[in-house]
Amino acid sequence: MGLQITLLSCTRAGRRILHDVSLACPAGQAVRLTGPNGVGKSTLLRAVAGLLPLSAGSVTLNGTDLSTDRDSFHLQIAYTGHLDAIKPQLSVIENLSVWARVFGSDRLDETLETFNLTKLADRPAFACSAGQKRRLGLARLLLADRALWLMDEPTVSLDADTVAMIETAIANHLGTGGMALIATHLPLNVPGSDFALTPASQAPSDPFLMDRL
Amino acid sequence: MGGLTSLIRRDLTLAFRAGGGAGQGLAFFLIVTLLVPFGVGPNPDILAVVAPGTLWIGALLSALLSLDRMFQADFEDGTLDILALSPIPMESLVAAKALAHWLTTGLPLTCLAPLLAITLNLPVEAFVWLIASLAIGTLGLSFLGAFGASLTVGLRRGGLILSVLVLPLYIPTLIFGARCVSLAAGGEDPLTALALLAGLSLFIVAMTPFAAAAALKVQLS
Repeated sequence: MGLQITLLSCTRAGRRILHDVSLACPAGQAVRLTGPNGVGKSTLLRAVAGLLPLSAGSVTLNGTDLSTDRDSFHLQIAYTGHLDAIKPQLSVIENLSVWARVFGSDRLDETLETFNLTKLADRPAFACSAGQKRRLGLARLLLADRALWLMDEPTVSLDADTVAMIETAIANHLGTGGMALIATHLPLNVPGSDFALTPASQAPSDPFLMDRL
Repeated sequence: MGGLTSLIRRDLTLAFRAGGGAGQGLAFFLIVTLLVPFGVGPNPDILAVVAPGTLWIGALLSALLSLDRMFQADFEDGTLDILALSPIPMESLVAAKALAHWLTTGLPLTCLAPLLAITLNLPVEAFVWLIASLAIGTLGLSFLGAFGASLTVGLRRGGLILSVLVLPLYIPTLIFGARCVSLAAGGEDPLTALALLAGLSLFIVAMTPFAAAAALKVQLS
């Protein structure tokens, strides 16, 4: 059980971004992805989310394989990228309630409470600060009851109190048997382990690529 | 179902809020159509002849105006990523987006068209057919547009290439739509043209969500 990434490779625009990455994340644990910019942290998250095609390897989550059973795989994950997926013209509650309906969630009030957004509910998203927008973007994770959270730099532009709040939200999620794969440069105090992606895990680009183009 | 209707409602809300551009297509339709009498002269008989084609081309161009934002905004702010992972199939999502586009462009301009038809001296007996053909035809235009918008979603300033891509695809709809109105204006039976237009629109509505969804999946990767 848990998340199992086996010998995953990923190619973008003819360049091998990830090469034979293997990692495991047991239930109730988080894995922090670390490594310098451009090493492929975001690519790994997008590949595990199924947004990028894998060129080799496999991803399984609680026995469900991403390549063969996408739909049930997607029902077990929640993804938040470095974009917050917020419509500035809509209010905080309007933004979140659309997602609640899309994901068939009835936890709107609870989510607002957890992410300290109740007082901001009627504020238009364009009038929110960067940190408040980030909180709104992350709140979407909690709406749907998903086992695996994929988070790309969740604590960028957040103050210490909010980081603590996010850490609590993640810890609560892990406490119910959830998992999280978190790309981060900043220290994040959640139960789990670190996984360092290094440039060495990338193979050199295909030397025959230019001939074939 | 709840998710899809809330997405359509969201798109309508966004269109009518500041910067959404819901009125722009309508204003454009108005201006393009009213320019024609200045170009071809005020002779009522000539205007009556060019009225069906003018109204249809005006409708076509104003439907095109807001197409490039159909997926672009969702693509740029990350919404499309999240929607791709949601339980809603991409095909339904495309259909919902196209429907929302029709509700904010095709439907209002269908309602405005009879008013403009008066200024172009279109015979009164053709009005019903004008409304019917625009209502049916513009739905097809929005769905074809969704396909074009899905192909150009990753491009910066993709609006022009989108027009070049989509306008040729609009030709059959234009032919049957304008023909339906001009037959009615000439006192002939326009039902065959309208039936062909309806068949064409149904075909487009049935096929394009699959093509657009496939294109969007490639764009996201």
